[in-house]
Amino acid sequence: MIELEGLTKRYGEKVAVDGLTFTVRPGIVTGFLGPNGAGKSTTMRMILGLDHPTAGDVRIDGTHYDRLEDPLTCIGALLEAKGVHPGRSAYHHLLCLAQSNGLPRQRVHEVLDTVGLTAVARKKAKGFSLGMGQRLGIAAALLGDPRILMFDEPVNGLDPEGIHWIRTLMKSLAAQGRTVFVSSHLMSEMALTADHLVVIGQGRLLADTSMAEFIERNSRSYVRIRGPQRERLLDVLHQAGITAVESGDGSLEVDGSKAEYIGELAARHRLVLHELSPRQASLEEAFMRLTAQSVEYHAHTGVSAPPQRWGDDWKRG
Amino acid sequence: MAATQVVRSEWTKIRSVASTVWTLSLAVVVTIALGMLISALSRNEYETLGARERLSFDPTFISFAGMSLGQLAMIVFGVLVVSNEYSTGMIRASLAAVPRRGTFLLSKLTVATALAFVVSMATSFAAFFLGQAMLGAYRASIGDEGVLRAVIGGGLYMTLIALFSMGVAAMLRSPMLSLGILMPFFFLISNILGNVDATEKVGRFLPDQAGSRIMQVVTPPGDDTPYGPWGGLGIMALWVLAAVVGGYVLLRRRDAQ
Repeated sequence: MIELEGLTKRYGEKVAVDGLTFTVRPGIVTGFLGPNGAGKSTTMRMILGLDHPTAGDVRIDGTHYDRLEDPLTCIGALLEAKGVHPGRSAYHHLLCLAQSNGLPRQRVHEVLDTVGLTAVARKKAKGFSLGMGQRLGIAAALLGDPRILMFDEPVNGLDPEGIHWIRTLMKSLAAQGRTVFVSSHLMSEMALTADHLVVIGQGRLLADTSMAEFIERNSRSYVRIRGPQRERLLDVLHQAGITAVESGDGSLEVDGSKAEYIGELAARHRLVLHELSPRQASLEEAFMRLTAQSVEYHAHTGVSAPPQRWGDDWKRG
Repeated sequence: MAATQVVRSEWTKIRSVASTVWTLSLAVVVTIALGMLISALSRNEYETLGARERLSFDPTFISFAGMSLGQLAMIVFGVLVVSNEYSTGMIRASLAAVPRRGTFLLSKLTVATALAFVVSMATSFAAFFLGQAMLGAYRASIGDEGVLRAVIGGGLYMTLIALFSMGVAAMLRSPMLSLGILMPFFFLISNILGNVDATEKVGRFLPDQAGSRIMQVVTPPGDDTPYGPWGGLGIMALWVLAAVVGGYVLLRRRDAQ
């Protein structure tokens, strides 16, 4: 269990993490979602005691990180940056971490096997691909067989097979009763793995909810209608008190109504329909709506003027 | 978390990168080879020296002449041991594994300093005996007064140079910045300050000038240095202590990146 209480990090004037309070519970995968620069990595570094919070508190199973005996046996983490000496072999990288926490040499061989790096264990890390580096980071996280696991953008750089592997791994770790906390900036990725969702934007908590509830609340359902007699269709819908919105490709979209009802309505008025389909807005759209106010770097589509104060935030990690 | 675990971990780290071997080998080879060369040249020049210069002829100190260059490799060793953690991002994994930063730094410095000590002592003795062999008739003997102290002192001097570099690197974090300050400082600035009359009195309190006093057996006539061999090494040790404490304080206070 990871408990954050009013966790805040300020770099000078800039607030990177702003009073975060939430709890990451065991037995499920908790997704930590936010656009780039939202403060996810900073939060994770504070959980590990690497960055000092400006205010607030974070505890691992009730204890401050720097009070943990052999912390790798309690919480294992994969951080975003590769963080491996390029001249050191995967084996020695893991061995020095294992030794610092009094773990047996045998554990190094076991985790190398788990992540599938046994064949290249003695090779220097500088020859590793992004995906292999990511696997080495995951091996380091698993080293102490910890009850809590934290992954920062774990699917970055992995091929489809690797992505499938890490998803299965996270789910099985949670199924074993462990706490799994995983960050991503991709809603679609979270939808496939996470049971619970913590969403932040510009360092602030935007949502702390179960995945099912988030989908329920945030996904817009609508009916898409297409037909040759568009004007009459609009009239009929209007008379029935239904607001239809014209979408770009000449079809109509109706929020909230049942497709069955619209179909019956059209039949009663002898209107030909070419399409009548119930739709759900993607979770990606829901996520973008939620964080729209807090995205740090907007792509100004269709706007010719350059963004104001561009480059002000370049220092932010 | 026992400190012995962390010491073992740091030993694994230091022995599993190539830079350890090549920086230390370079320190050994340069110190000994340059010392032998200058010793051989000094033997040939002895005949041409005046009476005053012969009085200050110090065969022991001459055989350590290679250290002026060899210490640069020691500096690189000390800097890389610490700053590699930062330049590679390994520091985050290291401090996540060992969150007590004092334990982390102390273990790292202990392992690296112990290794530097063994290599430096062996280098100092080798440089002395091989240098004396080159000096032929003008050589000093290890049994002469003050010679053994100078040879052991040479080993301590190189060890302290390495530890000083580790402390500076712990403060500055960047390997380029650390080397960019330490290399010209020890190779140029300290020498200039020590040889210009106006700054000589300040220059001799710099770590390398004060520390290298312990390798001198013969005090040149008219020398007015206000400290002896061990006093000089003590001054150097204070510099080292300041650098290490500075590195520790900054490591504790800063975010790990």
